[in-house]
Amino acid sequence: MTRFGAFLTVLLAALVLLAAVPRSEAAEIRPLVDALGKGGYSELDAAIGALAATGDPAAANVLQALGDGTLQVRKSDGAVFIVRETGGSFTLVDPVTGAEAGTESRGGLERIRVNNRVRRTIAAAMGSLTLMSPEISQRRAAVETIFRSGDPTQLPLLDEAIARESDPAVKQAMVEARASAVLKSDRPEADKIAAVDTLRTRGGQDALALLTAASGTATGALKAAIDEAIGTIEGTLRLWQGAQNIWYGLSLGSVLLLAAIGLAITFGVMGVINMAHGEMVMIGAYTTFVVQEFIRTSAPWLFDWSLAIALPLAFLVAGAVGVAIERGVIRFLYGRPLETLLATWGLSLILQQGVRTIFGPTNRQVGNPSWMSGSFQIGELAITYNRMWIIVFALAVFAILILVLRYTPFGLQMRAVTQNRPMASSMGIRTPWVDAFTFGLGSGIAGIAGVALSQVDNVSPDLGQSYIIDSFMVVVFGGVGNLWGTLVGALTLGVANKFIEPFAGAVLGKILVLVFIILFIQKRPRGLFALKGRAVEA
Amino acid sequence: MFKKTSRFLAALATAAVLGAGVSGASAQEDTIKVGILHSLSGTMAISETTLKDTMLFLIDEQNKKGGLLGKKLEAVVVDPASDWPLFAEKARELISVDKVSAVFGCWTSVSRKSVLPVFKELNSILFYPVQYEGEESERNVFYTGAAPNQQAIPAVDYLMNEEGVQRWVLAGTDYVYPRTTNKILEAYLKAKGVAAEDIMINYTPFGHSDWQTIVSDIKAFGSAGKKTAVVSTINGDANVPFYKELANQGIKAEDIPVVAFSVGEEELAGIDTGPLVGHLAAWNYFESVDTPENADFIAKWKAYIKNDKRVTNDPMEAHYIGFNMWVKAVEKAGTTDPDAVIDALVGVSVPNLTGGYSAMMPNHHITKPVLIGEIQADGQFDVVWNTPGLVVGDEWSDFLPDSKDLISDWRAPLSCGNFNVATGKCGGS
Repeated sequence: MTRFGAFLTVLLAALVLLAAVPRSEAAEIRPLVDALGKGGYSELDAAIGALAATGDPAAANVLQALGDGTLQVRKSDGAVFIVRETGGSFTLVDPVTGAEAGTESRGGLERIRVNNRVRRTIAAAMGSLTLMSPEISQRRAAVETIFRSGDPTQLPLLDEAIARESDPAVKQAMVEARASAVLKSDRPEADKIAAVDTLRTRGGQDALALLTAASGTATGALKAAIDEAIGTIEGTLRLWQGAQNIWYGLSLGSVLLLAAIGLAITFGVMGVINMAHGEMVMIGAYTTFVVQEFIRTSAPWLFDWSLAIALPLAFLVAGAVGVAIERGVIRFLYGRPLETLLATWGLSLILQQGVRTIFGPTNRQVGNPSWMSGSFQIGELAITYNRMWIIVFALAVFAILILVLRYTPFGLQMRAVTQNRPMASSMGIRTPWVDAFTFGLGSGIAGIAGVALSQVDNVSPDLGQSYIIDSFMVVVFGGVGNLWGTLVGALTLGVANKFIEPFAGAVLGKILVLVFIILFIQKRPRGLFALKGRAVEA
Repeated sequence: MFKKTSRFLAALATAAVLGAGVSGASAQEDTIKVGILHSLSGTMAISETTLKDTMLFLIDEQNKKGGLLGKKLEAVVVDPASDWPLFAEKARELISVDKVSAVFGCWTSVSRKSVLPVFKELNSILFYPVQYEGEESERNVFYTGAAPNQQAIPAVDYLMNEEGVQRWVLAGTDYVYPRTTNKILEAYLKAKGVAAEDIMINYTPFGHSDWQTIVSDIKAFGSAGKKTAVVSTINGDANVPFYKELANQGIKAEDIPVVAFSVGEEELAGIDTGPLVGHLAAWNYFESVDTPENADFIAKWKAYIKNDKRVTNDPMEAHYIGFNMWVKAVEKAGTTDPDAVIDALVGVSVPNLTGGYSAMMPNHHITKPVLIGEIQADGQFDVVWNTPGLVVGDEWSDFLPDSKDLISDWRAPLSCGNFNVATGKCGGS
């Protein structure tokens, strides 16, 4: 109700403002607005240009609506309106005056379609229209589009905007946008060389693109200046490339770590070859899906918390399945690795097909909460939020696991049982229950890995399969029975993979890493961090 | 223990064969059987299960109209489980045990190649509904999906003419369809005067999930001052993380558009398409196409599957066309005998869902319109361009040196799938 009230106030204010606009101007752009609804994409392109050329502030609203897809044509008379849909009825709003102009049925309207070319024209037009907007964010966006289009006709406008700009960062961006436009204009060579200098200081891939394009047509001193600037920027970019590879490697490594860390317990500590480990990851991912689905239908405001809610549930669900598997199957097979392998493989197929029957064979959509979408820039390094949080999360899970094993009674019992079962049993530890809970812990951790992986991968019944080989690889490489080995192994493999990939491609890169591991295991059969002493024999 | 199990298995197998044989014999009198050979488990289940449902839906519709030749149609569904050799076994079972009159099935090219010898040997009919790389024309197979000239080449033309693209990334999954398609596209682009350094080719394994490096490579490749586009033949599950990474690294369709050949409505159902608006796909059908035939098809499909959220896609339309062609050909021939039906199929023309007619050509490929669509925020495609008329599927590409002299015509007297016009002989290059 209050929202509606606020909306009304805004509408009234807008009406008052618009009423102040001289009538003649509104009448002048109306035919230009109606022209948007006629003809194909090329005509639409031209009409946008004509509309933007008026410099009328109302034109910005019209173009914004066009980009958003809310601008529609009334079929009966070809008039163009902004259309608001509220509960099945369509309200027409005059795009120039902002006044409501009755309603219309769905069949009586046709949306003005835009394609990529038109979207680019809209962005460029919006750039020139909003360059002097009072909103700083709009000015920043405007300057960004002008920088990329580098339209020389914008130069007078840019000069005026630079003179009026008060924010130093936006002013700097405007100077750079001006340099990009100067480079494409027919200004004298000295101006252009100054522009090249500005772009070189800015650096980055965008500047490189502009300079490379300009290099083709330049001659003499200008060409020399451009080529030198390209060299400088490329040098800097190469350094950043190294940093980027390390970052990507850590990110891949953290995904491997998450997938492998549960296996490091069931296989590494308990010695159970658990082929159904990947399916525990999948169960965790599906738990996230169910939680999000529930939140979407009954509590949408909780959406940003969906992962936090899914974490404990995924741990409990996957852990419970793990305990059930241990009690139901694996405990009868201790000491018989081949049979364990076959039995757990069969279980993995059963779990997959079960999930396929319940949830269907198609991918399920797990959304990214707002704090996990998008990216930010450090120098030339684009860091995506979801990858960053997964690295943090993987390290946190690892730290908690180490603490649990080291400082809790359960951790102590677990280590005791795996090191010397008869002795632990004589001390009064109920070894079968410790086995069950250890297996449950490993499975539960796989489950919370599934919550994280649902953010970067498909949630489908096959999710687990793609991680099982990688997980075994990490555990064996790092050293069976050593959690620190798993950490180092995962991160090493991740970084190595990312340094090989640019040269060898993704397919060959994977093969090379496998060959490397095989050779490494020949040399050190017990992995990076081999256990020493009597524990090895147990 | 081992012996006992094997004896038990043998007994079980005999019982199964006997059972199937008995039911097959008794049912043969009053029904015409149609085989459905789509994976219902394994990696391809995500795409193929829908096609199985589509076939059951089409057969159900036909039975409501009174069946075929006065008999009811009966669907025989088998599950080849995304396992390529198993496709051949299941095809053999469908033809020789269940005695089906025609088979509708397969998705990946490797599964099609695996069943080919079976269909030749037992002389049956396969309808293959998926876009593929071409370079094949068999007497027993009818290709209702797009050949490269009905999808890939028009898409590249669109980008070149409408978006002014000069620099190309050809990204694909590492198997036969993307490799052959990219070979054709590379030859085509070079013929159009694109320099070798303006083409970047990249392959990734099935199910690739870490796209950070490749997406940032694409970004770097696109910063050479020329308009860049990505032509994606990435298949299956790998698309979701690929598009997520594109969105996260902020690659917008206005800067570097991605045109995909394997991403349809079904694949987008698992992604939030908000950040992907404007990326493209080339198909011969989109659910958003506004024709009465399509509206009718969608309404009936949703009623049959009892789910309002299910989408329709291009391979479904291919099955719709293929099934109706088969029905028409059987009516024309008056029998389900494979030889008669194969001859009757050429020249059959049925309505497609985009407001025109599709005809079966002598090379066993069909005529289709080509549509380019842009992804919308609601997971649907908005058609931004289409060919003015229908395009005939070209099985042997004109842009590859090995196949440019080959043609296919299965009508008598030529009856050859790879006739060489240069040497005047049937039998390839």
